Amino acid sequence: MEQTKANKNTTRDATGETFEPRIVAFVCNWCTYAGADLAGTSRMQYAPNVRIIKLPCTGRIDPLFILKAFEGGADAVLVSGCHPGDCHYTSGNYHARRRWAVFHKLLDFTGIDPGRLHFSWVSAAEGRKFADLINDITERVRGLGPFASDNPARRQA
Amino acid sequence: MARVGVFICHCGENIGRTVDCAAVAAEAGKMSGVAVAVDYKYMCSDPGQAMIRSAIAEHKLTGVVVAACSPRMHEVTFRRAAAQAGLNPYLLEMANLREHCSWVHEDRAAATAKAVDLVRVMVEKVKRNRALLPVRVPIEPTAMVVGGGIAGIQAALDIAAGGRKVILVEKSPSIGGHMARLSETFPTLDCSQCILTPRMVEAATHPNITLMTYSEVAAVEGFVGNFQVTVRRKARYVDVAKCTGCGDCSTKCPQKKIPNEFDANLGTRTAIYTPFPQAVPNKPVIDAEHCIRLTKGKCGLCAKVCTRGAVNFEDKDELVQVKVGAIVLATGFELWDHSAYGEYGGGRLKDVIDGFAFERLASASGPTSGRIQRPSDQAEPKTVVFIQCCGSRDEKMGKAYCSKICCMYTAKHAMLYRHKVHDGRAVVFYMDIRAAGKGYEEFVRRAIEADGAEYVRGRVSRVYRRADGKLIVRGADTLAGKPVTIEADMVVLADAVVPRAGSEKLAQMLGVPYDGDGFYSEAHPKLRPVETAAAGVFLAGACQAPKDIPDSVAQASAAASKVLGLLSRDELEREPIIARVNSQTCVHCRACINACPYRAIEDAALPARAGAPAAQVARVNEGLCQGCGTCAALCRSHSIDLDGFTDEQVFAEIATLE
Repeated sequence: MEQTKANKNTTRDATGETFEPRIVAFVCNWCTYAGADLAGTSRMQYAPNVRIIKLPCTGRIDPLFILKAFEGGADAVLVSGCHPGDCHYTSGNYHARRRWAVFHKLLDFTGIDPGRLHFSWVSAAEGRKFADLINDITERVRGLGPFASDNPARRQA
Repeated sequence: MARVGVFICHCGENIGRTVDCAAVAAEAGKMSGVAVAVDYKYMCSDPGQAMIRSAIAEHKLTGVVVAACSPRMHEVTFRRAAAQAGLNPYLLEMANLREHCSWVHEDRAAATAKAVDLVRVMVEKVKRNRALLPVRVPIEPTAMVVGGGIAGIQAALDIAAGGRKVILVEKSPSIGGHMARLSETFPTLDCSQCILTPRMVEAATHPNITLMTYSEVAAVEGFVGNFQVTVRRKARYVDVAKCTGCGDCSTKCPQKKIPNEFDANLGTRTAIYTPFPQAVPNKPVIDAEHCIRLTKGKCGLCAKVCTRGAVNFEDKDELVQVKVGAIVLATGFELWDHSAYGEYGGGRLKDVIDGFAFERLASASGPTSGRIQRPSDQAEPKTVVFIQCCGSRDEKMGKAYCSKICCMYTAKHAMLYRHKVHDGRAVVFYMDIRAAGKGYEEFVRRAIEADGAEYVRGRVSRVYRRADGKLIVRGADTLAGKPVTIEADMVVLADAVVPRAGSEKLAQMLGVPYDGDGFYSEAHPKLRPVETAAAGVFLAGACQAPKDIPDSVAQASAAASKVLGLLSRDELEREPIIARVNSQTCVHCRACINACPYRAIEDAALPARAGAPAAQVARVNEGLCQGCGTCAALCRSHSIDLDGFTDEQVFAEIATLE
């Protein structure tokens, strides 16, 4: 998990402050949300840049949610659910995975840096993995800079 | 006009130390639609809950956000409090300020800013929540148990004892399963049939239990509480009402040489037969494939000698429809076919047998009346080698798992052999000894110390027949560090436990998932061992995983208790997080129907209205829908939405993060 150290201290947003990325995470209630709870119960510290939106299953995630998140101010989006084979609803995460495989390419085609969309499997037992994931994404996206900086066509909030 | 109440909890110091709760409450008070915003030390306490209830009344709140710990902790608590105050419980949401905020961040300013964002997300969601009512589904108070082995029998007896009717469906002509084939059971060396047959009789005579033997499940429709099961009752060619079980028919049947499956093909049976003397029901069936009358139109002796006229060659399979509210799968296991194991003879060496064959040799009612005789020449073997882990723990053979029961039954076999052949030599090749149950370790030690079984730690690389008829077993003794060769008269392989052939078809009929080894999947490996992903379908016994008799019985009783819980009410109340189809915009592309893991969406006909033709649309079965939302995300016409997590709600949550 390399960090773009060169960018870390030099990326600044429009006001000249060190850029704090805004990350929106769409997570499933049964695995990743519970994994995040475990990170909390274990007092694992991670970057405060993420805002979690709870859904029953990653299968519920319409690609429009991700687009709206970028449109509305997110610098990165994370989608995280149960491991393949472990979906609480049997197969919702498979649908999410298929959608992501296509959507990820589409997003790339539109010019959005693929480093801004992350997809992961975090189980209810993987508190550490969740904390590390948020820290990792925060640093990567800090290096990429604000979403608006490389997507000038985005609607202004 | 929305009037949302926001309650920020300090959780003692847990939230309050890192998040400035008063500041969050102040910010919340400014949010559009918020009528009241307060903070308090312990929202989940009695005074905290009372605060919520009185605020609901005083401010006529239309929704509540409790910003505190994880909803996984106290959502139920607060929803109940809201309901007590007359607010629909689904108009209350929680924001997670503890596990997701105060406990994972140290910077007070950052944590407080995040807390405000999290509260805002939930306020926007709850403004769009609708009052939801639990879904009610009627329940048929009858259960079905598929599989009449010890697990199925136990489940049926427990459900019947609980006052509910049970239909016990068994594929073979008699109930009893594999346990009826065993000689003695570990660790007590109880006579297997002696402890089993009273249960079999009880199941047959219990007023709440209906036996359907020689029958199979052909189709299943419906859902939890309302299954319609089609059972194929195979033609017995014997009228069980007239038959007295005298056995004259079998005595006279000229077809005497059919390999007897019950005896692991070591013995033979007739075409009209009862599988074993203690069969329940103790009535014969005719094996249509081998009966001369049914295949060639000749003979018919059994009908002639039957004084009751019970033989009926015109019998046909019958399809019977039954309604049940719950189903228990107890289809059991079989032993893996070791002909894949070329190193051990590939199934061609007659004196290399499996565990069930050994049981039938040892059994007093078996083909050799309990004398240990080897299949090739009926001679008494003086050296028997037992090889554990044949197929199990072997990824090359496709089975990485341990079959759990083989260490124990191999020790038992070694003991039974030594009890019957006093000058015999029993050698056991093992990798590990798994004897974890009650009395199990002592049992294995007894086999070694009291009964003289020789245990060699190492695998066997080859078994072959030498010209003089001896079976040469070449293996390793890893503790001594040298190769070992045994000249054996008979070899018993502890073949892997596998699910019954055809069990996956039954699972597919019911929508029950199964794993890569074919065993049925439980709903949660730790906490829900007898439920499945299919509501109303439960598991008992070895069909779920290799299992011994005590655990099969325990699991069967557990499944029965779940069934009785389900059937104890007239109606089933379900969480109302369910999907809804807008039949006006649905184009019936059926993508949702195909994607639903619970088959909860069905085709529905819209009646013709003035001007509009009758149309087909999708419709969600509220009894089955589990609320995952997969359908909502893939509907091309945006015609399905998920109550509790609607598109409108999610977009509103996202919009707060601008």
